[in-house]
Formats: sequence, structure tokens, C-alpha cells
Amino acid sequence: MSIWTYANPVRFMAFTKPLVPVFGALSALCLAVGLIWGFFFTPDDYRMGATVKIFYIHVPSALVAINAWFVMLIASLIWVIRRHHVSALVARAAAPIGATMTVIALITGAVWGQPMWGTWWEWDPRLTSFLILFLFYIGYMALWEAIENPDSAADLTSILCLVGSVFAILSRYAVNFWNQGLHQGASMSLDAEENVSDVFWYPAVVTMAGFVLLFAALLLLRTRTEIRARRLNALLLRERMQDA
Amino acid sequence: MPDLGKYALEVALAYGATGVLLAALVMMSIRRAARMRRELDRVEARRHG
Amino acid sequence: MLAVRAGGGFGLGLAFFLIVVVLVPFGVGPETGRLALIAPGVLWIGALLACLLSLDRIFALDREDGALDLLVTAPLPLEALVLGKSLAHWLTTGLPLCLAAPALGILLNLGWPGHLWLFVSLLIGTPALSLIGAFGAALTVGLRRGGMLLSILVLPLYVPTLLFGAEIARRGTEGMAVGTVLALLGAVTLGCLAVLPFAAAAALRVNLR
Repeated sequence: MSIWTYANPVRFMAFTKPLVPVFGALSALCLAVGLIWGFFFTPDDYRMGATVKIFYIHVPSALVAINAWFVMLIASLIWVIRRHHVSALVARAAAPIGATMTVIALITGAVWGQPMWGTWWEWDPRLTSFLILFLFYIGYMALWEAIENPDSAADLTSILCLVGSVFAILSRYAVNFWNQGLHQGASMSLDAEENVSDVFWYPAVVTMAGFVLLFAALLLLRTRTEIRARRLNALLLRERMQDA
Repeated sequence: MPDLGKYALEVALAYGATGVLLAALVMMSIRRAARMRRELDRVEARRHG
Repeated sequence: MLAVRAGGGFGLGLAFFLIVVVLVPFGVGPETGRLALIAPGVLWIGALLACLLSLDRIFALDREDGALDLLVTAPLPLEALVLGKSLAHWLTTGLPLCLAAPALGILLNLGWPGHLWLFVSLLIGTPALSLIGAFGAALTVGLRRGGMLLSILVLPLYVPTLLFGAEIARRGTEGMAVGTVLALLGAVTLGCLAVLPFAAAAALRVNLR
């Protein structure tokens, strides 16, 4: 019994059926506990005041935004190497979730930046690379939508994902270089992992778990939908062929 | 309700925007899932029936 | 390669580049100081957009008349075909843009050493634009509404090249050292040269299956 057993769509469907509500419920629980804890029962930061509460959603969404791309990358690799259809559909299902999380991270970051930096948008390396990440998500999803043949679509989006990953990492470091060139390393972003004290850290961990579980639940749900859509198309095609 | 001080608007904005976006994502995922399941069931029934 | 030369569109990219550069002062105002400040970036973006215009022609014409299917079965490896097509695109688009950019720099009041560094950075950077473009064109060659999609796919991939290229031109204009950035831009172009023909060939094989 290896993990590849679940590459079979039927087994995958049977195995994941009970997981979606479980992950969904756990996610809702973690988010409720973490956010209520963070929102009502933590003190304000002495420098940032109440805006510190924004980090309970900013940090987890950024975490999921990046890791959704990694999920896409790994799923694409599995499709390219082992040709498991479920894997290609996992990659497809991950993209909209990752894109939404990227937008959430950007918006919450901008809203936090307004009172702290005095500007909604700063071309800080981190912000800029997230914006670029969002552009990559858009291109990837657009390519999936544009191609009709499902296998070609899976192949071409996988190639794009592999090449795009290289360029995304390249852009990340290029942007770092460019901004330091202009601002002499005046980075204003705050590294939450290093700076915050335990009071803020524990609820943040709970919300992170909530976001990751939410990602898992949505990923499974969307993959199941994609599998059904694929089967539906195949059946309709077969009916049309029989009629003709 | 904790006192959010002068940053009340920003915090509310961040939580509100996140709530709306996440709700939209979840709703869209669930609705598409339900529609696909319904249509697939219909076609499968027609095939076997 | 003959097909590319006969395909026309040779002067259109240059004309587009000229128009973009002429439009910029209308958008930002005529003060020469401000124009000189933004000139390196504007010229790089203009060249990049002009390059983008002709990308969908790289494989589309051969696809339409069936030549692409023949070329795939030819003894020449597909990777070499992609390289040849990229080179043809660069010769017809990238090189003319490199030569025209310093002249257009005059319109934007670009400072003296800037012309030289703009030319050098474009010369090193534009081959990468052609290679990335060939990859994008290979991905979208089978699609009817490929043009729009091609831009969306290719533009994010242009970020590193644009960033380093414009940085060289800017530093050159201000008389700062450019060695490191030059090396980085060269590395990006060489990396594209090493990797993208294989990716583009793989995409072409999928599209012609």
C-alpha cells in the first residue's frame, strides 16, 4: 500500500470523501479560536498598537500563498514524471486558492502599511515579490482555462509552472537587489517570527493551523470537483459519439 | 470589544476584506462542487437507466 | 528563417517603440530633468513592449501553413528549431530596437554615458526577451485567442531581465559602477539560453500531438 494508490481517481474520491468535512470543521474551529483569542485577549503592541491584530491573518495567508505554489510545483512534477491525472488536477485546484491568499496577504499588508509606513504601497522586496507571485498565479490559471484538451492543458501548465517557479525565485532575488540598490537596504518589513513575543505568537500559530487546514479542505474539495468535471466531460463526449 | 484605539478602521478593514475574500472563495468552491456532483449524477443515471 | 524575413512586421516594432517614447512626455510633462530621470526605464519598457508585439508570429505563421508539422518530423531537433526561431526574432526585433534606443534616448534627454549603457544592456538583455517570448509562443501556439494570453504569460517572466537591464542603464547614466548588474543580466540571458529551448520544444511537442 503506497501513496500512489490514491493516484487512482476512484480510490482518491473514496479516501477524501470524509476528509473534506473533517478538515473544514477543524479549520473553522482553529480559525475561530485563534482569531477570537488574537482579537479579544491579546494586548496591543507598544509600537504598532491595535494593528498588530492584522498579523493574525496576514502571516498565515502569506504562508499559504507561497506554499500553494509549492503544492502546484510538486503536483506538476508528479504529473510530468508519473502521469497521474489526479496530480494534475490537484495543481489546477491549488491555483485559485493560492491566488486568493496572495490577494489577502497583499491587502492586509497594505492596510497595515498605511498607518505604519504612511503609505498603502511600498516597493519593498517582499511586497513586490508577492505582487509578482500573483501575476504568476493569474497566468497559470488563464492557461488552464484557455486549453480545451485536458491532457494538453495539464502538460502545458506543468511546463509553465516549472519554468515559472525558476523565474519567480529569480525575480524574488532580483527584486531584493534592485530595492537595496535604491534604498541602501532600508527594509521596513517586519519579520513576525523573530520579533513578536509569545503573547502574540500562540494565537498566531492557531490561526496558521486554521489557514493550512482551510487550504487542505478547499484543495481536496476543488480536486474532487475537477475529477467530477473531467468525468462528466468524458461521459458527455461518449454520448455525443454514440448519437452521431 | 477591545479598544482598537486610532487604528480601528485599519483593523476592521483588514478583517472585513479577508472575510469577504475567504467567504467568496469557499462559497464558489462549494457551489461549483455541488453543481458538478448534480450534473454528473444526472448523466450517470441517464447512462445506466 | 526565410519565412520570418518575408513575414513582414519588421518595421512595425520599431514604429511602435518610437510612438511609445513620443507619448511619454505627453503623459508626464515636458520638463527635461524629469524626463532624463525616467528615460532609462521608459526606453527599456518601450523596447520590451515592442518586442512583445511580434511574439505571436514566431510560430503562428508556420503553424497555419503546416510547415511546423513538417519541421517537427525533420531530422533537426526541435530545440535547435526553437533556437533558430528565437535568433530570427532577435535579429528582426531585438537588434533593431538596440540600435534605435540610443537615438530615441535623445528625445527623452538621456545623459551621455547613458546612451552607451542603454545600448549595451539592451544588447545583452534582448536575446533573453526573444527566448522567453519563444517559450510563451510555443505554449500558446495552438490557441485561437493566444495573443492576449501570451502577454499575460510572458510579461511576468520578463521581470528579472527588465529589472537588471534598466538598472544598468540607470547606473550607467549616473556614472555608477555597473559590473555586477551586467554580470547578473548576462547570467539571466545565458540561463534562458540554456533552459528555455528545451521547455519550448517540450511545449511544441505537446501542442502538435
